Amino acid sequence: MFELTGEEILFIIPMYSIGIGRCYKMKQYIYADHAATTPISEKAKEAMLAAMDRYGNPSSFHREGQLAKEALEQARSEIADCLHAKQEEIYFTSGGSEADNQAIRSAASIGARKGKKHIITSAFEHHAVLHTLDALKKEGFSITYLDVHENGIIDVSELEQAIKEETCLVTIMYANNEIGTLQPVAEIGAICRRHKVLFHCDAVQAVGHIPVDVIKDQVDYLAFSAHKFQGPKGIGGLYVRKGAPLIPLLYGGAQEKGLRAGTENLPAIIAMAAALRDACEQMSEQMRKVSALRDQLIEGLSEIPHSRLNGDRIRRVPQTINFCFEGIEGESLLLWLDQKGIAASSGSACTSGSLDPSHVLLALGLPHEVAHGSLRLSIGMELQKEQIDYIIHAVKETVSYLRNISPVWEALEKGEKAYVIQ
Amino acid sequence: MLYSNKVMDHFTNPRNLGKMEDADGIGEVGNAKCGDIMKMYIKVADGRITDVKFNTFGCGSAIATSSIATEMIKGKTLEEALTLSNKAVVEALDGLPAVKIHCSVLAEQAIKAAVKDYYDKNQIAYDEAMFKTVGCAHEHG
Repeated sequence: MFELTGEEILFIIPMYSIGIGRCYKMKQYIYADHAATTPISEKAKEAMLAAMDRYGNPSSFHREGQLAKEALEQARSEIADCLHAKQEEIYFTSGGSEADNQAIRSAASIGARKGKKHIITSAFEHHAVLHTLDALKKEGFSITYLDVHENGIIDVSELEQAIKEETCLVTIMYANNEIGTLQPVAEIGAICRRHKVLFHCDAVQAVGHIPVDVIKDQVDYLAFSAHKFQGPKGIGGLYVRKGAPLIPLLYGGAQEKGLRAGTENLPAIIAMAAALRDACEQMSEQMRKVSALRDQLIEGLSEIPHSRLNGDRIRRVPQTINFCFEGIEGESLLLWLDQKGIAASSGSACTSGSLDPSHVLLALGLPHEVAHGSLRLSIGMELQKEQIDYIIHAVKETVSYLRNISPVWEALEKGEKAYVIQ
Repeated sequence: MLYSNKVMDHFTNPRNLGKMEDADGIGEVGNAKCGDIMKMYIKVADGRITDVKFNTFGCGSAIATSSIATEMIKGKTLEEALTLSNKAVVEALDGLPAVKIHCSVLAEQAIKAAVKDYYDKNQIAYDEAMFKTVGCAHEHG
């Protein structure tokens, strides 16, 4: 559905009240929400379908079971290769959230036994990390939330200062899911190693998109999720450095060395390995192409007055950008883009299901009223330059329309209110 | 779909949209911090709302509730307009998701604020209790 073929399918979308009865030609629906999930790759889909016939239980001793076991270990080995890990250091989980939970719980449990109940994180981690830490707070842990500053990147000297005798874990993400900024993971890893503190990295937005090397980055744990790199949903994994503590969240059979009970989801695991292998093989080409599209987007959207790119311009993943447009609200922008055939996302309160805008945008120091007007676009290899042009055109047009009907914009224009974004 | 077809219709094709330069009453409610501001303009003749316009900063349901509310009060007397409840607005839109009900409350308040402004400008006496406004849940913690 999301792949463009040589034959362009054109259809007309009436623009309702926007413009004066104008119509726009556009190509197929443009999916620009890859940070939420990605379309499954052909290779992953094929691998998954074929794996459906590999029905044996990897825990069984008969031939069918052993064939399944072989396929399982083959997948583990391929995933390990992509991350520069050893095969036995990869544990399969239901996804990134479970992997984050297990890593944090494991380090915390060992820490508690030694009387070390202090954890350091950043203010804009994924909720899989933040909510696990909230639960640990109730168990007597204290948490330090590092400032992510205006550029969306932690300061490693602040991390080093925050490390105490009682610190048992540092958990910092590789790349932020809402704004796409990269953290200095290798530097964080080196600091943690030096201070003998465990380091968990939620790399869900990085694996399959940029080179991730667990040795160079000196991580003890690293979480990933298949559906973020064109694999299936409901499967992911945790890298655990040999020697780092790991405790189970689920008890039962002896799967995953007794550390994650439950019969393995073999078709999903095989598909995840196929997707990651594919992503790793294509990585340099993908990074080059997607970065160019991203830069085109940034350039085009920056032309909108009183807009800002959230997060550092350079230190970011290729696929994700986040903008704020002053004077408008993000959900209505999103709904309009959907009407115009573009799938995007926003950190506005209205899309978060709560009254507050995204904790990520607030962590950058943005005031509520500006954070409400945010738009996240996350793109993939399948998009073309012309589609990016169309996105820019559609965003410009919609922002201008929404500003036109916005009393907030009216007050800004009249000078009754001061612009936050110059 | 998160929204009913009626909501999407009013969102994509809002009725009575825009400013009114010679309004007899203007009501503005909500605040940018909460993510919703509605500004309602009314034109009044012989105690009847002859024209109404609105501008809204907010989500899809904020725009849709403003739009349908303007339709519901156009041609009505001021007294009738004051009886418009947020519940009636929600029903007219074939329902709103639970987290969006506050938008309909805002629409009801915007109308009341516009009528109050008209009363104030024309020194017409009224009962203050009729115009109590509620802020967004933010301010109430």
